[in-house]
Amino acid sequence: MSHPHANPVLRTSPHLRTAPPVPVIMRNVVYALLPVCAFSVFQFGLSVFALLAVCTGVCVLTEHALCRLAGKPSTAGDWSAVITGLLLALCLPPGFPLWMAAVGAFVGIAVGKAFFGGLGFNVMNPALVGRAFAQAAFTVPMTTWVPYLTKGRFTEFIPSSLTPPFLQPLPITDWLAQAAPDGFSGATPLALWKFEQVATDSVDLMLGTSAGSAGETSALLILVCGLYLVARRMMDWRITFSILLTAGGVSGIFYMVNPAVYPHPLFTLCSGGLMLGAVFMATDMVASPVTPKGVWIYGALIGFVTIIIRLFGGLNEGVMYAILLGNACSPLISAVTQPRIYGAVKKKGAA
Amino acid sequence: MSSGWQRLLDPAFWLRGTFPHGIHPEENKHFTAHKPIQRFPFPPRLVLPLSQHTGAPSVPVVHPGQEVVRGEPVAKAAGFVSVPLHAPATGVIRRIELMPTVKGPRTPCILLDVYPGDSQETRFYQERDIDAMSRQELLQAVQDTGLVGLGGAAFPTHVKLAPPKDHTVHTVLINGCECEPFLTTDHRVMIEQTDYLIKGTQIFMQALGAKRAIIGTEDNKLDAVEAIRAKLPADGSIEVKAVRTKYPQGAEKMLAKALMDVEIPSGGYPSAVGLAVFNATSTAQLGELLPTSRGLIERVVTITGPGVERPGNYLVALGTPLRFILDELGFRGTAQHLIMGGPMMGGAVASLDVPITKGCGGILVLTERDTQGQISKAAHPCISCGQCLDACPMLLNPSQLGKLAYKHRYQEMAEDWHLNDCFECGACSYVCPSSIPLVQYFRIAKSNNREQQAKAKAS
Repeated sequence: MSHPHANPVLRTSPHLRTAPPVPVIMRNVVYALLPVCAFSVFQFGLSVFALLAVCTGVCVLTEHALCRLAGKPSTAGDWSAVITGLLLALCLPPGFPLWMAAVGAFVGIAVGKAFFGGLGFNVMNPALVGRAFAQAAFTVPMTTWVPYLTKGRFTEFIPSSLTPPFLQPLPITDWLAQAAPDGFSGATPLALWKFEQVATDSVDLMLGTSAGSAGETSALLILVCGLYLVARRMMDWRITFSILLTAGGVSGIFYMVNPAVYPHPLFTLCSGGLMLGAVFMATDMVASPVTPKGVWIYGALIGFVTIIIRLFGGLNEGVMYAILLGNACSPLISAVTQPRIYGAVKKKGAA
Repeated sequence: MSSGWQRLLDPAFWLRGTFPHGIHPEENKHFTAHKPIQRFPFPPRLVLPLSQHTGAPSVPVVHPGQEVVRGEPVAKAAGFVSVPLHAPATGVIRRIELMPTVKGPRTPCILLDVYPGDSQETRFYQERDIDAMSRQELLQAVQDTGLVGLGGAAFPTHVKLAPPKDHTVHTVLINGCECEPFLTTDHRVMIEQTDYLIKGTQIFMQALGAKRAIIGTEDNKLDAVEAIRAKLPADGSIEVKAVRTKYPQGAEKMLAKALMDVEIPSGGYPSAVGLAVFNATSTAQLGELLPTSRGLIERVVTITGPGVERPGNYLVALGTPLRFILDELGFRGTAQHLIMGGPMMGGAVASLDVPITKGCGGILVLTERDTQGQISKAAHPCISCGQCLDACPMLLNPSQLGKLAYKHRYQEMAEDWHLNDCFECGACSYVCPSSIPLVQYFRIAKSNNREQQAKAKAS
């Protein structure tokens, strides 16, 4: 054709798109995690700051290196590896040796994500894969807790953090004696309750004035940060709601049956990693079901399994395994909860 | 969402019908919603494609050099699923040749040179008594008007008046939703041609033997609801109802759900549940044309968008080339800024020489910036966020369909994942944060399946 506007660019409908692209969603999740991280640093000091930095750094580098190795363009810039790093750090004990954290971060991204094909193809939440690996490989440091709000937390590391690579963690007994002269049992509220039948005040749990993993401690703050994502429509509130509802409901039933043995539901909801898991981990879009009905079932499964592990399992905390189990079940849940389509008619032969 | 959340405060909002899922794109109707329909000047030459409708192309009944009068038939229907074509202006037939249209670069068209000095009054008409006509006569009369679905589908209207023998239509739905952003054609027609709209509705009811009709429109057009309510016949046979503004409310399946709370069965016709659905502008056209046995020669087109200086609702003669329209309106860009129809389902334009056809209700002119952004956006892998499932009005699983399409498992998409229930509204692509071209995938899958089926039949 000879007219001056030959060779047009042809596009097909729809010509409108306003959805925020994936990196923007991921970046906003990072924003939402930052207050939780900041609070954790405030509580536990330098060690947690280093832990966050190491985990995030290793995750991003691993993502970048493995993409290069696979001959694909690097996806390190899409912020999803940053989320993995932050989440992993937040669910480790504050004094966790940094070299072990680095190994956990590497495993999380490599085994939990890259081996499956990268973002969009991972079966489970990479941060939890990293944590599960750490729990299996480094059992003792994974259960060594430190007191919160110690005096010198901004000027010195918790000694175990700086353990040289491939060595057992440095002992923290001397440090503990100095940091917490009044004595520190070395147990989290969940462990206290489970093994010593000592209940921690729910208000303390909500505000985060208690021991625990780096970011597992202030239930209220985590909830507020989650609400930001919900308001921006970047998080599926149904999953969080379903988990909390089921966990609260199931533990409520047990509490009503025997309040002396079983904890109050509010304690259940605010303790341990339940809030962090329900808000930031179970809602990992990739590893949760896609169907509207499926997300409710998925949430209920996680909430239920968490409580069963907590009350009857050998561990005092079950959120991680509950979510990993939920992740593993996601494809199945999606498959059996396909929506009934508009105007569905029975398949030929059935009618 | 120009008037988004305030609507929720209105108690009437909660009583309005709707359908599950769907999306809320920015409406952008403010460019033209308040502008009365204006007649557009005639171009020196009209290009009349023989195929402006779904079905067999019309057959020319004129020859080059022949003079025609505005409204005179220039092509006849080729069979039942086809319609005739009428001269939009008084002039002389120049040639019949291949020209670029929206259907392709070379499609047969009648070229008509318009007499510049003519008054362009429609002299080709004849009054008739509709009440005395039988249903069969009405059906023939509707076909003779050359009317097709003016909402964009361009399906011959009379074919819908002949439902399968075992179906009885009890209710006629008039679709004035116009859920596509930017477009205001139906809106203006409902306000300005209310009498024709009611007349057309009654003709449809008579032709189908239906006792009842509902005119449905989205609640961003409550002025149209008022205008129609004032003119409704006293016997209560016709109602007007507002439904919630949500895309794609204008799809007939969504309208049936919102107004009647019924679902049109998968792969079936609306008549299977006793319904017949017609576009509001088509209905008003019928009300105008049929009583005087005239043919469809012009239509209202919304010419709008950030790239055009004088957006408006124009009554344009069929066959008017885009170039003529855009020159008149002071547009100096290229075809790549143009969309024929709305932004969600409309088609890109390959050339400014394509003419306005019966199915074209809007021309959207985007700016350089709008189009650049669309092209450069990179796609990411599906992150299974599930947004598309929450958007799909047919309650399909676009995420899964997209993954299968990526692996070219087209057969499986149709057999197990209801590919053929997708009517390509684009809601899934619209919400996808990974910018996966889902609708485009589905079109490829469907056409691939059609080819495979044709091959299977042939062998």
